[in-house]
This record gives sequence, structure tokens and C-alpha cells, in this order.
Amino acid sequence: MSRPLPATDAAAWPQWACAPVKALQDLSARHGWSLSADELKAVQAHFAALKREPTRAEVEMLAQSWSEHCRHKTFRSPIRLKDGRSTRLIKSLLEDTLMAATRKLAKPWCLSVFKDNAGVVEFDKRWALAYKVETHNHPCAIEPYGGAETGVGGVIRDVLGVGLGAKPVLNTDVFCFCPPDYAGELPEGVLHPRRTLTCVVAGVRDYGNRMGIPTAAGAVYFDEGYRFNPLVFVGTVGLMPHGAVHTSIQPGDAVVAIGGRTGRDGLHGATFSSTGLDKGVDSTAVQIGHAICEKRVLDALLRARSAKLYRALTDCGAGGFSSAVGEMAARVQGKGGARVDLAKALLKVSDLEPWEVWLSEAQERMVLAVPPKNLKALQELMAAESVEACVLGEFTSTGRIEVLHGEQRIVDLDLDFVHDGLPLREQAALWEAPKTEPPAPLRLDGERCAQILRWAVSHLNVCSREWIIRQYDHEVQGGTVVKPLQGIQHDGPGDACVIWPIAVTEDPSDYRGFAVAHGINPALGKDPYAMALACVDEALANLVCVGADVSKAALLDNFCWGSPKDPRQLGALVRAAEGCRDAALGFETPFISGKDSLHNEFIDAKGRAVPIPGTLLISAIAPVPDIRRALTMDMKGPRNALYIVGRTAGALGGSLLAQHLELHAAPCPEVDVRAARDAYRKISLAAQKGLLLSAHDLSEGGLAAAASEMGFSGDTGVEIDLDKLPRAKDAAGEAALLFSETPSRILLEVSPECEKEFLKALRGTLCARIGTTLANPVLRILGLDGRIHFEEGLRDLKALWQKTLPEKLLVGLNARNGGKR
Amino acid sequence: MRTPKALILRAAGTNCDVETAVAFKMVGATAVTAHIDEVKQGRVRLMDHDILVFPGGFTYGDDISAGKVLANELKAHLRELRGFIRSGRPVLGICNGFQVLVKCGLLPQTPSNEQTASLSFNDSNRFEARWVRLRINLQSQSLFIRGLPEIIELPVAHGEGKFVVKSPKVLEHLKKTRAILMQYVNEEGKFAGYPYNPNGSLFNIAAITNPEGNCLGLMPHPERFITRWHHPNWTRQTFLKDGVGLEIFRNAVTYVAS
Repeated sequence: MSRPLPATDAAAWPQWACAPVKALQDLSARHGWSLSADELKAVQAHFAALKREPTRAEVEMLAQSWSEHCRHKTFRSPIRLKDGRSTRLIKSLLEDTLMAATRKLAKPWCLSVFKDNAGVVEFDKRWALAYKVETHNHPCAIEPYGGAETGVGGVIRDVLGVGLGAKPVLNTDVFCFCPPDYAGELPEGVLHPRRTLTCVVAGVRDYGNRMGIPTAAGAVYFDEGYRFNPLVFVGTVGLMPHGAVHTSIQPGDAVVAIGGRTGRDGLHGATFSSTGLDKGVDSTAVQIGHAICEKRVLDALLRARSAKLYRALTDCGAGGFSSAVGEMAARVQGKGGARVDLAKALLKVSDLEPWEVWLSEAQERMVLAVPPKNLKALQELMAAESVEACVLGEFTSTGRIEVLHGEQRIVDLDLDFVHDGLPLREQAALWEAPKTEPPAPLRLDGERCAQILRWAVSHLNVCSREWIIRQYDHEVQGGTVVKPLQGIQHDGPGDACVIWPIAVTEDPSDYRGFAVAHGINPALGKDPYAMALACVDEALANLVCVGADVSKAALLDNFCWGSPKDPRQLGALVRAAEGCRDAALGFETPFISGKDSLHNEFIDAKGRAVPIPGTLLISAIAPVPDIRRALTMDMKGPRNALYIVGRTAGALGGSLLAQHLELHAAPCPEVDVRAARDAYRKISLAAQKGLLLSAHDLSEGGLAAAASEMGFSGDTGVEIDLDKLPRAKDAAGEAALLFSETPSRILLEVSPECEKEFLKALRGTLCARIGTTLANPVLRILGLDGRIHFEEGLRDLKALWQKTLPEKLLVGLNARNGGKR
Repeated sequence: MRTPKALILRAAGTNCDVETAVAFKMVGATAVTAHIDEVKQGRVRLMDHDILVFPGGFTYGDDISAGKVLANELKAHLRELRGFIRSGRPVLGICNGFQVLVKCGLLPQTPSNEQTASLSFNDSNRFEARWVRLRINLQSQSLFIRGLPEIIELPVAHGEGKFVVKSPKVLEHLKKTRAILMQYVNEEGKFAGYPYNPNGSLFNIAAITNPEGNCLGLMPHPERFITRWHHPNWTRQTFLKDGVGLEIFRNAVTYVAS
């Protein structure tokens, strides 16, 4: 472990007042601050005006709080976008797209959006739901187990630290990895994707299971574009009483740190994740997690919240105490401020420099604002739960953040400068619409279609995730009433999970629950606007498929992109954000929280940047009014009617079929938002009336894959007549109808007794009966000529679907054991 | 009739205490959740309660091995605990609680409190969560299984659930005293190996009791099947007996109340 240079090292610490920018840039590079020339000049000018030199701790604090990770500069700075021939100026991407949509929709059930640690919406009249999704990409690239663990720990603390704290009831996890059987060359320092996958899963498992939070919703997407930079999204949903949503801090409240001790682990996490990766990255930037320590904090905090012992809290994430105390100081009534003495902090090791204590991102720590009269009671309660606590100082109304270490003053900064002193700089973005060719008719015979189906169900992006899901305790807290694995053998691919939070409400006579689902499809990345619409659509379709009330769905965004300094990357990012805005407005589903992770690129040996595919994850949450009416995706038995909602189009861009046939110029599918919104609401209502038996959305692999999954999960056969499929003119030929991945389509199983009422409920929506369920477990497809196009055994398809992931994980192991490496 | 009082004992890392309390409340008991330190300090007294439960979780992170640290902590209070069991009151150890009971020598029950069995790492070498079928030994004296059918379904979720014994004699003794309460079976009610036996347990053992039948340790989680909506196939209406986990709690409460 390399020891950072102490502030007193004169050779390493120039006179700021007269230093040329170049020298400061060298300094920034050496200390890993990721500060730009503009930002360094702003710091220089600020201290020149004060007629004094900055301390190391001050510069470190500014670097952390001005980092991309903490401040989201790209999303808040003006962008000049060159879009084809026209140019336009976007003042702030965040304000103008995601937040603008939420503001315009003005849903009364949105209780706290885009300001606290997590978005908060109403669950019922008594309880509120808080949801946050974070990324932990850079740490997982370097140390996948520790990175995943601390990612989960961090997002749990986000939810613990929202308002007065919410009790976590669900964890979600979404990964983007390179295929685990990747056989290409990887440069020194880059871990093989198999190792990344197994260690990340183990990290999520060990932390979530030990915390007693079910991990029950998620997704995995494989693409070689993630071989240098894997993506790991972790989310937590919590429940809190309405009264705990808003907080206020009074001057004079004590600054109390609780939980883990402060060590040297995790220095510079925020700044390190604000640059690209190369082989020189130091793994001390990744922290060590300790789930049981955080579990004690959780237990203690929920008791302290009930006893109303503190007025506000936040977690120590990126930037450690500096950002937690700094951020809370700004929320103090009046001018705000805080004064702390770091000599009072509890440490893991005694040789920490004061600035290291201030910046350390050691895990499992929370900061509380405690009225002095409650200090004794709080300390007793913490001791009873074996949680360490220390009083660091107090919140003030001086407008300053003052940090002492005993006698030594190490930070004395104007809060306004910390929070608003960051110079915003106009960024250049470039967008060129991709060139596409209109779809050509595909004439593929039945045998070829069957072959493509077998390939599709065993494709990494379709195959069973059971190997991963089984390792998560997805039923702890006894509320997972629609599980991630569904069907007769408990192994079918659920669209979403439904949680009935009786471990919080302690009221099993109240049947209200909620559902969580995701939408992600980087294969549509060549048209980020279409990708954003499709992702929102997919997340909502998944919610519909478990019977959630989508008229009260809320969305979270996570953008993972390459460097925003590349105008093309930034242009694509703008298009994705605009897609999110239009989807939110069209579906009338507000965004309530989000996070971006940029600089996901690798600098190769020749100094070239290799960015990841631009990736957008949409997470959606919605209430389920009565969990007894929830749906699963497995077919329930023979002689039921099979309906499809939505029109099948011929645009194959991003689909598995396009990949298989190498149709690189296929256009990306569009979303008819109004029609989809209308259809989803009607299906929601039909589900609540109990008119549906099963539902599954059409995604990767299209109709053929979705029907197979529903069939083999229920061990029930399916007959589909392709000629009955509502379709656009450009969707010609059986292959296109079977494998098109047009969004906004859902397959529904309806019992014959309910058909009439079902059709009444869906009146006005494009919906057609395309087939029947069969006792014999086969998938029988009738072609456009009315004859059997092909017939495949569903049990065989299931076996193919199940064996891919374990096999690909095993292939690598065998190769290693065979001594090939 | 007095309301029975169930004491749910937790420590750092316990995580199934709330749903266990919900289950007891549903069958009319008062559920008291107490921290082990409160018992150690004498602020909560075991003997003031009618039922004692060690719930699931990862006490102390399962450091050393699952349940070991809490088991060692309990050894200092073994006299009282044994007295509680000898008084005939129901004692229930679920998952991590079962691991604790085994590792402090309370189950299998021996005159010397010696640990004669253990719950070791799953054969799959992974934590796994899945629903299993269990065959109940209806000949057993256990007070927890009255009125239950021979085959039931419950979920398991553990990484260290493989029941092993110190010597073949221990297994013989368990058989002789009808202390093997539940065994993992397949749809036909037969022993069938992985994944029906999810961890590789000796003799497919999922739960054991003391010969008197008032102390039960089991790896599956009855508190996760207290309504029909907990069953993975409730949307298909194809479960054996709905909310069967709740019956286990109800039996304990009814036993105390009568």
C-alpha cells in the first residue's frame, strides 16, 4: 500500500498563489484529484482572494465534492449539441430532461424527488417507498468481490439515510458483463469476465444475505464491449412512515458519527471513479465491507428513529465525512455550517493524517444530527446494539465548514464555495443519426426458424439466470409473493418481483404490495433515443406482467457511458436523456431518482480510449393494490386462449435475429407511447379484476422466445397462428413475426370463461387471439400459409435454456484445470 | 385463557426475527423480541416466557462457522436453557437458530451437553435458496407437528445446512429416539439426492427434535410460509397444504395454552 504524501512535504506541495496551472495539473494527477485546469484555477483564485494558501485537506475536500461522481458536472453543465445540421444549447441536461418531465407531471404521490439520497413515493396513506439504484463499476473492475459488497452496502445506507431513514425491504441487482467464456486477449490488470461475474455475484450475495434483505429483482446483459469495464448496478427499496420523509437540522445539533471506524480504506473513491481505468489504478481505492457491522447500524437506527432521537442523517459514501458533513451543513436552518474536530473520530489505525480521516470512505458509517438533549439516550441505545458512536462537533449557522484536528485547523471553507464554486463549462456534443436500411422480407423455412429459436433460447442474453438467483436469499422477510423464479418447477424467468412488506407493516390483513422491474437493452445503443423509450417501455411492461398498477409507476435512471469529453459520446448521452424525458411524459411516469456513471472506458497500451456501449438502466417501481391478484408468467394449463397485445413491426435493429442474420443496418424499433400507455393501464385493470392467468412481455428473442418461456415454465404446450398476429406492413415473413423485438407487446393467457369480459376490459386496444394452450408440452407454430411451420418440444427448449450459463461458467473452469493457462 | 408469550432471541446479524414475530402474532401469541445482551444482563428472563425461539440469520456474520459464536455465548447460560427445555416449554431453532442449538450441544440432546453433530457447508459449496419437500416422521413425539400431513413444502435458504454427525452411533440414537423429524424428499416422497436434498445432509435430515418433542431445530423456514401467497405456485393453486408453516407456530401456542 503506498502512503500518500503528507501535506508538509514541501517538494510535493507548491506555493499555490504563484504556481503555474501546469504545476497544479501535475499535482492533481499525482494525487488523483481529477480536477480540470479550470477548476484548479478557480481554487487558486479563491485562495488568492483570501490571501492564504489552501491546505491539503481543503483541496482534497474540493476535489471530492467537485468530482463528476458527486456533482454530476456533465448533467448540470451547458451542452452545445450539433444534431445533424442544426445546433442547439441545452442549459442543464438533468434539469431540462428528467427533472423537467417530473415537474411537469406533478404527481401528488411523489413525496421527495431528485434531492435526497433516494426517490420517495407514496405506498399507502401510512407508508412511503424509497428507491435508489447506484452503480459500482470502477471498484468491481478492480476488486469484484469487495466492489460488489460495498456497492450493496452503500446503496443500503443510501436508503437508511433518506429522510429519517427507511427500512430496506428489497435489493435489486443488474449486471453488464463480457461473456464468461470470452477467449480473446485481455491486457495485464484486466480480470477475466468469468472471475468478475462469479466474484460480483458472491459479493452481492454475501452482503445482501447477511443484511437480511431479499435480492429478488435484476437482470444480466452480456456483451464483449464490457470486457474492460463491467457494469454493476445495485438498488435498494425501503419503507418509511410518511412522517420520516422530511427532515430539518437546527444550529447547535451535534454531529454524531456512528457505525464502522475510519481507516485508510477507500481513499479517493469519488475522484478515481471520475476517470477512465488503466493498469496503474491502486486497489486501496476500493473499500472493505462488513455486513454485520451495517446490520447492527440498521437495527440501532430503526430503534433510534422510533424514539425520535435524531433530526436528520446521511450516509458516508463517496468523500466520506467531508461530503456527509458538508452536505448536511448546507441543510442546517439559516446560513448553515458545521464545526468538527477529527481528533474525536474513532479510527482503525492511529497513523492517519487528518485529511485522510476527513476523506476516508471506510464503510458502514452514518452521520446524524442529534439535539444535545438526546445525546445520552442515543449513546445508550447505540451501546445496547453494539454500535460505536462519537460526537465529532456541531452544526452551526456560520455558513462555513470548519474542521479541526485537535489544535490544528485543517479546513475553513465557505460552504457556498464548496457547493457552488465549481466552474461550469460548456461542453460540445455531436449527434448523427445512424444510417439504416428499410426491412426486407425474410423468407426462412420452418426448420431454419426452429434452429434460430434453439439458438435464441440458449443465447446468453436469454438463458436462465437460476445459477445466480438461487444464491440470493430472495425470500427473507417473508414478503416475496411473486418470486424471481416462477412456474411449476420454480425455475421460469419472472418479469418482476412482488413484495408484500409484512415485515415492516406487521399487518398480514393488508394485502397491498409493490413490484419492481427493469428495462435495459444496450443492443439498441446505435439509436440512444429509441433505446431510452424501449427501456422505459420494457420496465413498465414487466410491471404490467405481474399485475402492478402502472398508473402509479415511478422510474429511476442510471446512465453508464464513456467519457463525456468525447463529443460523440456526449451527443448519444443527450439523445438518451431526451428519450427518457419523452417516455416519462408519454407514459406519465415520473423519474424520482437517478445516477450517472461516466468515464467507463479503458485506456489501452497505445493510449486509445475504448468506451463501453452506452448503457441505460431503467428501474421501475409500482404498487400492487392487492397481491392476491398478482400474476406470474408460467402458463397455467391446456385449452386457454392466448392473446397478444400490440402490433409487431419489421424494424429488427438490436434484435437477436438481426445479430444472427448480421443485419447491421436494421433500424431500431419505435415505441407508440400513447397506445402502449393505454394498453398497459387496461391490462393492469384486467389483472386486478382477476381476468388473466399469466402474462409475459416480449423482449429478447421476440414472440417465439416468450411463448417458449411461458410454455416450458408451466409445462404446457402452445399453438400460435402467425397469420392472426396484428402486424405492420413491413413485418413480412414468419421469421420477422417470430423474432421481431418490437416493444410494447405482451402475451396473455386467458381462461375461456373470462374471455368475454377480458375483451371488454381491453376494448380500444390492439389485441388479438393468436393461439391456444395445449396439454402436450410443444411449441407449435402455424405459418402464414396455415400449415405447421415448425413444432419444437418445450422440455428440450427448456433444457437448452437452462444449461447455457452453468456450462459457460464451467467451460472456463475446465480449461483452467486442464492447464491451458 | 392467558396469552402465551414467545421470546424471540436476537443478536447482531439475526434477520428473520420480525417475520417470526408476525407468525406468532397471527396465531394469537405475544411476541417479545430481545437482544441476547439483555438476557445476559438479566434484564430479560427466559423463564418469564412460554416459548423460546432462535430465529434465522447470520449471527455475528457466521464467523468461525454458522451459529458458533452465539452458541458459545449461550453455553454460559446453558443451565437456564436446559431448565427451560426440561420444563417442557416449546423451543424452536430455525436455520441459524438450528445451527446454534446444534453447536451448543442442545440438539441432538445428550446427557453431557456435548456437541455430537454439526451443520456444515452445502455440498454445492454455495448458499442456495429453494423450496423443498419434507417428509415428517409422524411417529415422533414432537408437539410442533400435530395435524400436519406427512409431506409438506417449505423454503430453505442457507450455505451451511448439511447435517453431519460425529459418529454412526449418534445417527442410530436419533433413529431409535424418533428424533429425526423431517427429511428432504422428492415429489414421490422418496429420497432423491440434489437438489431435493439441497445440501447433502446425512440421511436427508432437515429437522431434529429432542426425544420429548418440545425442542425442534430445522433448516427450512416455516415463517416464510404463513399464508398461501408465500407459496411459489399459489398462482397455479397447486400446493400441498397452504400456510403450513403457520401450523408449526400454532401448535406451539396451542400446546402452551392448553
